[in-house]
Amino acid sequence: MTGHARIWHLVAILAVFSTPLVIMYVYQVLDSIAEPDPGSLLPGAIDLSHWRFLWERIDAGRPSIWVVTFNTFLFASITAFLVTTLSTTAGYALSRLNMPGRPYFLGGLIILHAFPTITLIIAIFIILQFLGLFDTLLGIILVKAALELPFGVWIMKGFYDTVPWEIEMAGVQDGASRFRVWWELVLPQVKPGLAALLIISFLSGWSEFVLPLVLAPGSGTQVLATFMNAVIQDDATADFGLFKAIGMFYSIPVIVIYLLFQKQLMNIYGGGTKG
Amino acid sequence: MELRLDKFTKRFGMTTVIEEMDLAVRSGEMMALLGPSGCGKSTTLFAICGIHKLTGGRLHFGDRDVTTVPPQQRSVGVVFQNYALYPHMNAEQNIGFPLKVMRRPKAEIRAEVARLADLVQIGDLLGRRPAQLSGGQQQRVALARAMIRQPDILLLDEPLANLDAKLRLEMRSEIRRIQRETGITAILVTHDQVEAMSMCDRIALMREGRIVQLDTPDRMYRDPRSRFTAAFLGNPPISFLDAQAGEAMSLPGGHSLPRPEGLTATGEIVLGIRPEHFGPQHGTGLQGEIVFVEPQGREELIDIRLDGGADLRSIQPAGASIRPGQRVDWGVAQNSVLAFAPNGDRL
Repeated sequence: MTGHARIWHLVAILAVFSTPLVIMYVYQVLDSIAEPDPGSLLPGAIDLSHWRFLWERIDAGRPSIWVVTFNTFLFASITAFLVTTLSTTAGYALSRLNMPGRPYFLGGLIILHAFPTITLIIAIFIILQFLGLFDTLLGIILVKAALELPFGVWIMKGFYDTVPWEIEMAGVQDGASRFRVWWELVLPQVKPGLAALLIISFLSGWSEFVLPLVLAPGSGTQVLATFMNAVIQDDATADFGLFKAIGMFYSIPVIVIYLLFQKQLMNIYGGGTKG
Repeated sequence: MELRLDKFTKRFGMTTVIEEMDLAVRSGEMMALLGPSGCGKSTTLFAICGIHKLTGGRLHFGDRDVTTVPPQQRSVGVVFQNYALYPHMNAEQNIGFPLKVMRRPKAEIRAEVARLADLVQIGDLLGRRPAQLSGGQQQRVALARAMIRQPDILLLDEPLANLDAKLRLEMRSEIRRIQRETGITAILVTHDQVEAMSMCDRIALMREGRIVQLDTPDRMYRDPRSRFTAAFLGNPPISFLDAQAGEAMSLPGGHSLPRPEGLTATGEIVLGIRPEHFGPQHGTGLQGEIVFVEPQGREELIDIRLDGGADLRSIQPAGASIRPGQRVDWGVAQNSVLAFAPNGDRL
């Protein structure tokens, strides 16, 4: 109790600064299910019609929300899968294999990770156009995975670094090939990192906006972020209730994933297993 | 199986760790590689198991030249200092892993694991993960895993370093028992002379990448070929005295000792006197003052400063009521005194 008494003023300050955020979240939820009452802070009658996008098209020109959701899911999960598999093997190589130019590679990874990706977007646009991958899901998946890779490789290398060398020596001595040692003895030790990386890159793909907006602007490749953008840009019939409901729909998976996998996500800061 | 290293050389980049070392381990023998840290004993071990490639020289297991054979195909079991158990597998899976790699049938693996678990006496712990085992139990699992393939050679890398004193004593005799029962050829790498002396048939004492002496523990203790060997073996350690060899051995401070039999050298020499060879039971002759008494239960370790400044150690049965400050006149067991040249060679 004394601890609480001593820090109450800190709590108060934090509370004041957090209030706008909390208010925003509260109205995000309220406005998605209720009719706003002009001139009053309290919402009016419950109105579920904002959620109509779930069972009908908003208008004839737009794809169904389910197609868009499916696109988003494909985009995020394939990206996450690519990033995780490539980081898992690349991280091992960087951590364990004695290859030429390794220090430069490691330095390059950090620079790439810090690099503002938006500056590359025109070059990427030209490359995709040239390859015929412009305005395709595959195109933005490849781009997104490539941009996420430095982070993933770096994280996985960190996890591999915590696995004792002796485990690999013992495995080799027990007659297993180098590949089998990696697959059967080392990989299980970095599973927490694998899980965390998979979730983080999925969430990153799920919330990606700029790449699909610029590189896949067609309605056939719309993801939820660009779909929302299109809805709000339609200023002839600006429907904020609808926009907020779609926003809710868009963020539910994120919230669920965070709630389910909190422990795995925290691992990325802890790293590794105890021998 | 017999093991033979011929002119083994190991370099890491520009640094030569081991230069043209020869070592032969007899079949069924337990050999210690003993030496201070950095002497190359672990490098030798890793070369034998195949983790390090030899820069030069040959390695034979029996008649088979395994110099370039990859570690997977050498028949070598290794127990690592930190045991290197696989954390995600239980004891049974750990021990059975080498056979699983060999694609042996499940029933056979289970039977073999049971046999080994029996040998190392962990039959009731097979379901546990390494994290749920004590240090001594992990050690036993590691030993069983190293032995299950029935390897030609068993290598032990500082196997007792991570255990507490009581367990160390227990595992010392356990490892020796298991080695004897199976008749496996074993190499123990250690920096602890007590381990080497108590567990092994022969000791190879290493220093700066060379074997300085290879002998039975007893011979090495009684008949060291250099001052280094004499100093490395024995606990409490030997003490050294500078002396002038003439008609008699004159020590600083006006003391003198008779010449040991068979010693021909004259001039500057160094005498090595073990603690058990100096004390009242050996007569009189060296006067000095007790400076420190360390009770060790059954015995007392006593530091004596001789008149003239030299220090000697003695070990005496407890209860002799020896106090610091006391003056003594003790003797030396003449025939056990070791004489060394100033460069450290035995005379």
